[in-house]
Amino acid sequence: MSDDKKTRADEVEAPIAPSLSRRNLLKGVGLTGAALMTAGSGSLSAQAAAAPSGPQLIPVREAFETLTALESATLDAFASRIIPSDENGPGAHEARAVHYIDRALAGAMSSSREQYGAGLSSLEDYSLQAKGMSFHLLPEAEQDAIIEAMTENALTGYSILNAGFFNMVRTHTIDGTFSDPYYGGNRDFIGWDLLGYPGVRAIATPDDVSQGSLLAPSRQSAYDMPTHLKDPVGSSSSSTGGAANGH
Amino acid sequence: MATNLPKTDVVVIGLGAVGGVAVLPLVNAGLNVIGLEAGGWFSNRDFAPDEVRNNLRDWPQQVAKAKNEIPTVRANINFEAVQGGGHPMMNGVGGTSLHYWAQSWRLNPWDFKTVSATSARYGAHRIPENSTVEDWPISYEDLEPYYDRVEYAIGVSGNAGNINGSKQANGNPFEGPRARAYPMPGLRSSGYTDMMSDAARGLGWTPFQGPAAINTEVYGDRPGCFYHGYCDRGGCHVNAKSSTAVTTIPEALKSGLLKVVTHARVLKILNDADGRVTGVEYLLGNQVMFQPADAVMLASHTYENVRLLMLSTSQQFPNGLANNSGQVGQHYLSHHQGAPVIALFPKNLNNWYGLPAQGVAIDEWADDNFDHSDLDFIGGGNLWTYTDRKPIAAAKMSTFDKVPNWGSKWKAFVRENADRTNVSYIQKTTLPYRGNYLDLDPQVKDKLGFPVIRITAEYKDNELRIAQFTQDRMEEWYRAAGATEIIRAGLGNAMGASTHAYGGTRMGNDPTTNVTNAFGFAHESPNLGILGSSVMGTSGARNPTLTAQALAWRTAEHLVENWDTITR
Repeated sequence: MSDDKKTRADEVEAPIAPSLSRRNLLKGVGLTGAALMTAGSGSLSAQAAAAPSGPQLIPVREAFETLTALESATLDAFASRIIPSDENGPGAHEARAVHYIDRALAGAMSSSREQYGAGLSSLEDYSLQAKGMSFHLLPEAEQDAIIEAMTENALTGYSILNAGFFNMVRTHTIDGTFSDPYYGGNRDFIGWDLLGYPGVRAIATPDDVSQGSLLAPSRQSAYDMPTHLKDPVGSSSSSTGGAANGH
Repeated sequence: MATNLPKTDVVVIGLGAVGGVAVLPLVNAGLNVIGLEAGGWFSNRDFAPDEVRNNLRDWPQQVAKAKNEIPTVRANINFEAVQGGGHPMMNGVGGTSLHYWAQSWRLNPWDFKTVSATSARYGAHRIPENSTVEDWPISYEDLEPYYDRVEYAIGVSGNAGNINGSKQANGNPFEGPRARAYPMPGLRSSGYTDMMSDAARGLGWTPFQGPAAINTEVYGDRPGCFYHGYCDRGGCHVNAKSSTAVTTIPEALKSGLLKVVTHARVLKILNDADGRVTGVEYLLGNQVMFQPADAVMLASHTYENVRLLMLSTSQQFPNGLANNSGQVGQHYLSHHQGAPVIALFPKNLNNWYGLPAQGVAIDEWADDNFDHSDLDFIGGGNLWTYTDRKPIAAAKMSTFDKVPNWGSKWKAFVRENADRTNVSYIQKTTLPYRGNYLDLDPQVKDKLGFPVIRITAEYKDNELRIAQFTQDRMEEWYRAAGATEIIRAGLGNAMGASTHAYGGTRMGNDPTTNVTNAFGFAHESPNLGILGSSVMGTSGARNPTLTAQALAWRTAEHLVENWDTITR
């Protein structure tokens, strides 16, 4: 483990991000307190700070699009064991991977909705029957033992809880943890920081490339770039977009 | 009934990589051209650096017609064909040239004369059993001027290896002679590619930067590459990628002679009693249109080229247009480009930015560049290693059997190694064989009720032996560069649906074994030109697009120069 990575992971826990993404600001995702609103140098946050005596923006809690309360709790516990929060930094829970999966199940991955419903409910059934407790309330070691058995197709009588189901949840948990935050996960770039990925940018100079994971993270979503805004009214006429940022 | 439209000179079906090139010589000759495109227009604003959309959700393939026409696949007739998860091609003005890797190779001269060159050097018995391979009806030298035209018309960057027989430093020492250098120098190197080049030189090999349809400096009104790293299945946010949507198509539109019809779903090509094509029937919204023309250029990629011919039945062609020979769908192959080698290095490679076309090639083990006397195969593979790493794919890296694939140990492993792995790309000589073919699926249909293409094809011993041999070479290269762990993928079996799909309307002088003549016009329907890799009889060991584009330009020019004869 290189020292530079440790430093970066520690920074994940720091309350102030160098710049705030537009989407996170508007939705208040993961941000607590007015202090954050005044941090950073983005024009939107500057506007928010300068707004005179208007009503204070209240952090909006995102509703789940399709998952039920129990499904989301079970899935969050499951995802948290796949990518745990540990000495190497925050994990799938903090990255809100379940929000990514939920949104995807309501849209692009809707064909997997039934499979999630059946699998998560079987996991709960098994947990209650074998352990007398909801899966998400079990101690981590017991959750791990159940997942381990699942990967070995060893949960007799619960054939749907097999390696195939595990692999699907693992894939989507990774997708949600390391995706562009635009899709609901990778909150505060937790996933990208874990990997040492310095983030999307419109241009990478030879010097940027040679810095590798030591390059200062861009901390922006692809859709924070003026080039790729989908709002035709608010779009920039620039053809190079974020390239103007420091290059 | 179809709405009859006024007649035009030429209808081009599909404005992708090849149709988008062919329109330019046609309008330059003063012909009126109507381009029918199943998709719509995209702009660079659509092409965000978005791994979820490009690589997980197959956008922009998901927005149009092809997704309803996904081919079914089986290795051979003993299996039931199963429909794949996605279509390799997309619809849209510019087609797949919008988001391809843009590697723009010329084939090696050997690829045009595999049969005669192999027979001369090793004996005819070395042509693999059951292969239907023939020499092309044209040579590399015949195609050279058209390669040149396309490289300059769209903008291809690269370092020449052989200009008029004079070997050039930094280029491919094995390439065929070219009339002049590329219009732009090759993409830049990086710390990683320099490391791999040094290792290759240490092995006595000649590393070089492969050619790409990507600007490396301002070319016309488009900038050089920004190297931001989302080129794989992503269009270019600054139009540095030389797709036909930003090069030859807008150039042709300036003439006022090209009319583009978007969201046009071609249903059928019609013919007269003499077997000559008369025009194209297509669906626009909910209206059926008939566009008459003096000549038709079919440019919709291998699967759809074959499907449209097979669906265009008539009294003259009960088995499909230009298919009384039964050759439509035959000599099919998908390129063997799988079976990669995966390496783990003990240090970060700084590969977070860059693109698949920015890499290092080794051609020592491709084509007939090495002595096969004591080997049990012909042909070979081009070794390619490149810079390109995106976060989700990085997190899904191989664990090299060192840790479980979940939990804290996995997380620690990925944290340490996300930027320390590399996957090779090896394109291999792939030949056509009896028993490998395309036809219409007897069961699976698209949303309009027309059958989809069924692929019946598998790699044979020759391809699998090349795969094994080139994996050995690739492992040697990675280890020379300091890799500490190596994994080799399986050698492959069924030929799946691929962007690199060849044959089905093969080009050749013999009308009993080929659909088109040496200029790409159908033997049985002389005013029907067929464009794309479906006319190619061998794959070579490198990407097909530039060759298909050069052939398309040549077919279009042939039509212009022989207009009276071809259209009567």
